[in-house]
Amino acid sequence: MTSITDTTLPITPRAMRDEMIVFVIMAALLAIVPWTGLYPFFVMQALCFALLACAFNLLIGYGGLLSFGHAMFLGTAGYCSAHALKVWGLSPELGIIVGVLGACALSIITGYISIRRQGIYFSMITLALSQLLYFIYLQTPFTHGEDGIQGIPQGHLFGFLDLSKPTVLYYVVLVGFLAGFLLIYRTINSPFGEVLKSIRENEQRAISLGYKTDQYKLLAFILSGTLAGFAGALKVFVAQNASLTDVHWSMSGEIVLMTLVGGLGTVFGPVVGAFVIIAMQQYLAGFGQWVTVIQGGIFVACVLTFRRGVVGEIAHLFKRSL
Amino acid sequence: MQALYAQLLVGLINGSFYALLSLGLAVIFGMLNIINFAHGALYMMGAFCAYFLLNIAGLGYWWALLLAPIAVGIFGMILERTLLQWLTGLDHLYGLLLTFGIALIVQGVFQNYFGSSGLPYAIPEQLRGGMNLGFMFLPVYRGWVVIFSLVICLATWFLIERTRLGAYLRAATENPTLVRAFGINVPRMITLTYGLGVGLAALAGVLSAPINQVRPLMGADLIIVVFAVVVIGGMGSIMGSIITGFALGVIEGLTKYFYPEASNTVVFVLMVLVLLVKPTGLTGRAA
Amino acid sequence: MKTNKFITSLLLGTALGLGVSGAAFAGDKTVKIGALSDQSGLYSDLGGPGSTLAAQMAVEDSGLVGKGWKIDVISGDHQNKPDIGTSIARQWFDVEKVDAVVDVPNSGVALAVNNVVKEKNGVYINSGAATSDLTNAQCSPNTVHWTYDTYMLAHTTGQALVKAGGTSWFFLTADYAFGAALERDTTAVVLANGGKVVGGVKHPLNTSDFSSFLLQAQSSGAKVIGLANAGGDTTNSIKQAAEFGITKSGQKLAALLLFITDVKSIGLDIAQGLNFTETFYWDMNDQTRAFSDRFAKRMKNGAPPTMVQAGVYAGLMHYFKALDALGENPHDGVKVVEKMKSIPTDDPLFGKGEIQPNGRTIHTAYLFEVKKPSESKSPWDLYKLVGSVPGDQAFTPLDKSSCSLLKK
Repeated sequence: MTSITDTTLPITPRAMRDEMIVFVIMAALLAIVPWTGLYPFFVMQALCFALLACAFNLLIGYGGLLSFGHAMFLGTAGYCSAHALKVWGLSPELGIIVGVLGACALSIITGYISIRRQGIYFSMITLALSQLLYFIYLQTPFTHGEDGIQGIPQGHLFGFLDLSKPTVLYYVVLVGFLAGFLLIYRTINSPFGEVLKSIRENEQRAISLGYKTDQYKLLAFILSGTLAGFAGALKVFVAQNASLTDVHWSMSGEIVLMTLVGGLGTVFGPVVGAFVIIAMQQYLAGFGQWVTVIQGGIFVACVLTFRRGVVGEIAHLFKRSL
Repeated sequence: MQALYAQLLVGLINGSFYALLSLGLAVIFGMLNIINFAHGALYMMGAFCAYFLLNIAGLGYWWALLLAPIAVGIFGMILERTLLQWLTGLDHLYGLLLTFGIALIVQGVFQNYFGSSGLPYAIPEQLRGGMNLGFMFLPVYRGWVVIFSLVICLATWFLIERTRLGAYLRAATENPTLVRAFGINVPRMITLTYGLGVGLAALAGVLSAPINQVRPLMGADLIIVVFAVVVIGGMGSIMGSIITGFALGVIEGLTKYFYPEASNTVVFVLMVLVLLVKPTGLTGRAA
Repeated sequence: MKTNKFITSLLLGTALGLGVSGAAFAGDKTVKIGALSDQSGLYSDLGGPGSTLAAQMAVEDSGLVGKGWKIDVISGDHQNKPDIGTSIARQWFDVEKVDAVVDVPNSGVALAVNNVVKEKNGVYINSGAATSDLTNAQCSPNTVHWTYDTYMLAHTTGQALVKAGGTSWFFLTADYAFGAALERDTTAVVLANGGKVVGGVKHPLNTSDFSSFLLQAQSSGAKVIGLANAGGDTTNSIKQAAEFGITKSGQKLAALLLFITDVKSIGLDIAQGLNFTETFYWDMNDQTRAFSDRFAKRMKNGAPPTMVQAGVYAGLMHYFKALDALGENPHDGVKVVEKMKSIPTDDPLFGKGEIQPNGRTIHTAYLFEVKKPSESKSPWDLYKLVGSVPGDQAFTPLDKSSCSLLKK
């Protein structure tokens, strides 16, 4: 059986140089967005999902673990931040920290439960855990059921950055995204990342080499969950609401789709995938009822014709790692 | 106490839908190694087929019970030939994604033509009314659903686990090259198996048409629960999914009595517990 | 096509961050309406494409185009996700320069969009959402809530049934905020009229089998089973109540939120005799019939308008009336809504009424009963009128509204 992540090429100095070039281009392009005319709210939303997909990709693309419940980190961080900002009246930076800590705590607990399961059973146990969480959030009064937490104040980051100004908010989100992205990139290329990849390739061999693979996997899970939470906390400032849809299993499915469309196990794939999916939701809306049909068609085409994802196919074409 | 009996019986009725649906899913997974996320959409097609047969061709429930699974089964086989067969040897994720895409297309098309609120389908003449069991009023139709689906489940189990054809099938999934060497057309067998699994989904759809609304999204939420049933039972295990299906129905019934809010969630609690104790489901083989 | 829209949004982007339209100049007679609805999910039948059509018909019928106005209608699909709803609404205001957002079924999305419209100072004419919060705790000077809300439904149906002898109630409630609101409001009415509530059960949203809950309702011995749920949940409970012989044994079902599309999908066979409240039915008088005929001819499936779609039409007609009175489009939501509140409402579909200071439109509410199959003469001939409640008695009294706009 072919592994889902056989598209990654070995990391060589040349590959790293390529990736750094692409990263600089990406950062530069994103930095000039407010002057290009692209709608910044759309880009901000896409950036939050891009970070989320990158965090998810860290787990599957480099750890070989397919989580089908990553929405729980997004939603938990969203609820925690939203509550901290609206009810406790905390400042934005503290609100983000509360959200990230919430997601981190959750990932420690769920990671501990799920990490020893293999393959599809790992996916299922993460799905089940996220469904349990969905139920808890539905029942707990502070989330306000399907109405969600609405009208969250954006406030001033560090006391002087006015987040209600779209341009300021945009750069804050962009910096957050780039920081998260670099952290993931750094992790992948660290000794820790190498061990992770070796576990993905052959767990038995890694064990026989003396690695405590469960600990590595757990650490990757916590890192992935926490970063997904960071994306969720940023999203609170963009959307100004936190709702049940962020915890629903279909959101977890969407994360998988984004990563897959962009290219599993590629560095930039999840970013591209997130932009594609979010753009589809925004710009296909005019097709009315045909949207779901078009979306379905795209997924079918994606699986049948470009399985490596957009970035994966390009990388394959140029025989480069991206 | 009486109320409890009633809840148990009602649970068993629901369990028979879970059993039929998860059985089809398990057959497909066991033989094709595909997680068929289109199962809910095909279940819905079965119900719509019954509706069309009645309103266009004038054929009633009994004909629908026979013809709808065949029609949807053929549709499934076409899907397998044109789309799914290209996935052989790839990771589960691709099968899941492809079938999910198919489900979106099918549901979208039906919704475009029939709206979202659904169409009526009456209980057949012969199965109307009900009987008083002392502790509850049991509609005849519900009783029929339990018995009929139990028979179908056991027949399917028998076909796959106890007949020569079933033996070929199982062998073909273990080692296709070897089976092909015996002169058996393996791809055709796989296509037929997919048709069988899909037909079971359509059958469940026909059975549920008189109870539930015939709606384009009727299978969309069900699929995730049925999928959980298959996982709890052990992926690919026929008997495992039948037993788990009925058992889940009963457990859900009890939950509806003691803690109704959680009745849609209990299956996931069960899944976590089972997977913690038995990593590959109740009767499953290693993933 | 949408790709063009994408490019336009690229080009228009320079205007980003400026907030609401800066293009308001004297005598501006351009208006853009955004019909935001669920185009493909649960609510697409009662809102969806039909609401967009209703909006277009309102534009055509307003007569403003003949007076030199330029009015566009665009539509969007919020997919029942607050996130998507808000981002579409925000983009509409920022890029498309939309003036008014209409419809928006699904309470969660409706409340989220409410905040966006307020922030962008647009006009929000909600017809699709049930939540009475829109004109209470979360009311806004930019919002008009047409057609119905949980308070009105609970009040009208509850009162009528208790007075008809349904003195003990059991609730089947969707375990969601709107279900809880329906149950809470109905309970208040039942108690106030001397009835009692003997029990209830909260079921998860999108439950396919209700037999367990119905058995519990049956053994409670209540005279009325109140269905505080919506859509597929309501239709399935009604269908299965018939199957378990509950309706035959003398217990009465009260569907607190039921639309004509739901009744149609259950079929008269099973739905007959059901009592419920709506504020619009196509077969009320010559005017509603004339409108519905024109509407149905342009619908893909030939269906007459639901009350939500009728509300979109009527709300927009009133909006255009206000614009006409102002003589130009000020692109100022608060100002337009104030004007809308100052003119009494009078339209062919809902009759005479008014918009209260909290944004609630009040108009007559009707109590209907589903016809027997033998009484129905055409495919959509489904209801008979059994009573009506004047608007000021059906909706939340102003002194009970918690809206902050009233405390000035």
